[in-house]
Amino acid sequence: MTAITAPSTTRIHVRRLPVWAPVLIAVVAAVAAVLLFKTGKLLGGGWVLTAVGAVLLFLIGLSIASGMVEGSRAARNRVATSLIYSAFVLALLPLVSVVFTLIDKGRGRLDGAFFNNSMRNITTFDAGGGAYHAIVGTLEQAGIATLITVPLGVAGAIYIVEYGRGRLANAIRFFVDVMTGIPSIVAGLFILAFWVLIVSPHLSSTGRPFYSGFAAALALAVLMLPTITRSTEEMLRLVPASLREGSYALGIPKWKTIMSIVVPTALPGIVTGVMLAVARAAGETAPVLLVAGGTPNRNPNPFQGNQESLSIYIYEQASLASKYGLPRAWTAALTLVALVLALTIAAKLLARRNKLNKG
Amino acid sequence: MAKRIEAVNVTAYYGSFKAIDSVNMVIEPKSVTALIGPSGCGKSTFLRSVNRMHEVIPGARVEGTLTIDNQDIYGKDVDVTAVRRLIGMVFQRPNPFPTMSIYDNVVAGLRLNGMRKKSLLDDACEKALRSANLWNEVHTRLNRPGAGLSGGQQQRLCIARAIAVQPQVVLMDEPCSALDPISTLAIEDLISELKNEYTIIIVTHNMQQAARVSDRTAFFSIDKTGDPGRLIEFDETAKIFTNPSVKKTEDYITGRFG
Amino acid sequence: MTQPSFPGSAEAASAASAESPVDSSGPTDTPSDPRQRPPARGSGGQDTVGPLPRGSRFGSESVFKWFTTASGATVLVIIVAIAVFLILKAIPALNADKANFWTHFEWFPDDPTNPQFGIPALAFGTLVSAAIALVIAVPIALGIALCLSHYAHRRLASGLGFMIDLLAAVPSIVFGLWGRDYLVGPVREFSGWLHHYFGWIPLFGSDGPYGKSYMLGGIVLAIMILPIVTSLSREVFRQTPPMNEEAALALGATKWEMIRTAVIPYGRPGLIASVMLGLGRALGETIALALTLGGGFLIGPDIIHNGGNTIAANIANKFGEASEVGRGALIASGLVLFAITLVVNMIARAIVYRRREFLGAAA
Repeated sequence: MTAITAPSTTRIHVRRLPVWAPVLIAVVAAVAAVLLFKTGKLLGGGWVLTAVGAVLLFLIGLSIASGMVEGSRAARNRVATSLIYSAFVLALLPLVSVVFTLIDKGRGRLDGAFFNNSMRNITTFDAGGGAYHAIVGTLEQAGIATLITVPLGVAGAIYIVEYGRGRLANAIRFFVDVMTGIPSIVAGLFILAFWVLIVSPHLSSTGRPFYSGFAAALALAVLMLPTITRSTEEMLRLVPASLREGSYALGIPKWKTIMSIVVPTALPGIVTGVMLAVARAAGETAPVLLVAGGTPNRNPNPFQGNQESLSIYIYEQASLASKYGLPRAWTAALTLVALVLALTIAAKLLARRNKLNKG
Repeated sequence: MAKRIEAVNVTAYYGSFKAIDSVNMVIEPKSVTALIGPSGCGKSTFLRSVNRMHEVIPGARVEGTLTIDNQDIYGKDVDVTAVRRLIGMVFQRPNPFPTMSIYDNVVAGLRLNGMRKKSLLDDACEKALRSANLWNEVHTRLNRPGAGLSGGQQQRLCIARAIAVQPQVVLMDEPCSALDPISTLAIEDLISELKNEYTIIIVTHNMQQAARVSDRTAFFSIDKTGDPGRLIEFDETAKIFTNPSVKKTEDYITGRFG
Repeated sequence: MTQPSFPGSAEAASAASAESPVDSSGPTDTPSDPRQRPPARGSGGQDTVGPLPRGSRFGSESVFKWFTTASGATVLVIIVAIAVFLILKAIPALNADKANFWTHFEWFPDDPTNPQFGIPALAFGTLVSAAIALVIAVPIALGIALCLSHYAHRRLASGLGFMIDLLAAVPSIVFGLWGRDYLVGPVREFSGWLHHYFGWIPLFGSDGPYGKSYMLGGIVLAIMILPIVTSLSREVFRQTPPMNEEAALALGATKWEMIRTAVIPYGRPGLIASVMLGLGRALGETIALALTLGGGFLIGPDIIHNGGNTIAANIANKFGEASEVGRGALIASGLVLFAITLVVNMIARAIVYRRREFLGAAA
């Protein structure tokens, strides 16, 4: 017999901490923390320190109490559970703070003048001015980027899922995944180097390179393409093979099967992926900063002349020497977040109603 | 070491669906009890109630009384992990921990219970693997992944893992259904040896297997789909298969239904 | 396609031939008696199947296939193009650089007579801010992922997961603004407190001024990479085979022990991959760091002093007023960033792919 002998009587009862014990420990920990840190000024006092201290004292107290009554394994289990739940609370704090700050500081300029005016002729001392030109710019740039990437991305995904066999397909699939992680500023630099500096002089009347909203759209397209390809690929894979086979058995050619049966079936999922990609693109600052040029004036033409976007508007206004800049920046930030969140939430709701579920 | 299990009016639910109804059974120490019956009649549900694995599924609960040596395992102050250490389980499909070696798999339960000393673990591992008739085949490669063995060997590994913690009862949920006939025979032989030390309850779809290995057999059945499963008859194996008392049992074992 | 030869009945035979597929060239003068119609092409029995239509080399099927292949290949083209064009525009500036690009700390490419610039300080800052972000975010992300996959009720979990995804949707400029204007105050105080009580640790050695530092940037970055690490880790945890979890529980493990035994070891490769993807994101973040870091080109252990710079933030800050050489220099630094993030992402994806194959073989 080895040293760990099963007890001859089956001992399955064990003392357990009563249900109210953790609550009591929490209260005692809180009180102790306040006494130690706030009144006792240990380590300098301060509310955050007190809160953190209370949590630590709670964990220590819980592990000691549970260890004495229930055993060390149960104690470790309790502490792990508490830590895991508290991680979640910790993550919510910044989200709540950001949303609160946005609403608090952003409502300052939620007026008609903000949404109807650009920054034309607004000097450092003028309180007015708005983001109309920026909103138009964001919508146009994201819109053009979507028009470019959706056909390309969906077609690429179709290739990967339906036609791709062998090394080319594997390479494409692998690098699509890799490119979803490319920094947005690199995309901006690429379009700067390629489109703005090399191609655009040939397109301009003066022969000199110029910025444009279209260049920003191209940069956004570089960012959106891998994302849309990837999410479309996943959706197409969810379409059951039996659907395709039924169509082939009727003599319908492959491309028609894809276009009239497979893609429509996966469509809600594809749309969800597109919406999420657009939401991300609309919020991008760095690539647009590099190639759109920025302007205080309205410019509805994305192909000519500098254009503004909401994201670079926020960046500029936040760095402005004027005291009127920050309120504009926050209101613009609120607008941008509202736009992005609306798209994201709509996409997620659509995804929930999607019949093809990843399960 | 092995102890006696008693079930009194055990009823189990998945949410609001009643899966088994009022099962009454007494299982003697160091015996092999087979649970047979058609699919969906609650055999596995009852088995999982014995080591409190049924409640792992969200919404599942057990009513009634289940005692081991007259201690209610569903009592108020009962430590579930202690119950599960005393009542081990082998599952339908072999499930060694894929990231662990053979050695680590066998001693996994011991390590959880705080055993650290290598010499003790080594001894326990050898003892368990010998009891599971696996030692001769793997003792030269204890550091290889547990998942690299054949199906039959993996299942014997799982049995070794279960008995390494020295339970008093071993539950087996269709342990051979995923195995080939040779491996099945090996495990049936193993069961005959294990019953000298453990109380064994085995769920099986294979009536011949039940006839081969068990001392007593319990026949479960349901009236129609959606009804809870019930214990129809529980008796000596020989009697169940040659001269059952209940007609339903006879219908099942003669193949008239199920 | 032979006719079914039912023994006997003439009606069967005539019914059979009447139902035989009619020639597509539907003759209008077909005799009404089916037995007198010429055997339809393709109908079995007397005639053989006519020549099958040939697949056309340039028909719609091939065009479609080529179009989709070309679209798929676009990604590969883009990667190569990025490298090519960045190199093209970086080389003139690198040639003009009077100092060694790999060792010079400062960044003055716009000096017309003596442009000198180098990457080490920026690379250091990029790595430091990413490291701080990972140290803060990874444990919290793993905790949340476990919470959502194994602890919370399913419906609660999907609602909570939704909120974490919302965190991912907030644009980086908003985090940058919030960090610079709101979080900087608490971080400043915290830095002072750290220096006061723990100043003997080199990390907190500076005695001010505090605020826009690696500490602030790192915290903001941590918040930004939290969603991606969480959602990938959660997927990984959810894929643990339930059988292994049950096996651990059946051995008498507590919940936490079950997670330590069955869930985390199983998910280790996936977790590594998700951390690397978070790293990739942190390395590339631009505008949030442009707003929350103080700038400058120092290398040192302290993380609470005003200052701090990364490759990406430097590009955003310096771009507006860069000369041609300056622009080329920034592009050169962007090239370095591209190379680093490409490698990090490739390693992360390779881990996931290998894991997928391993699982596929084992399953």
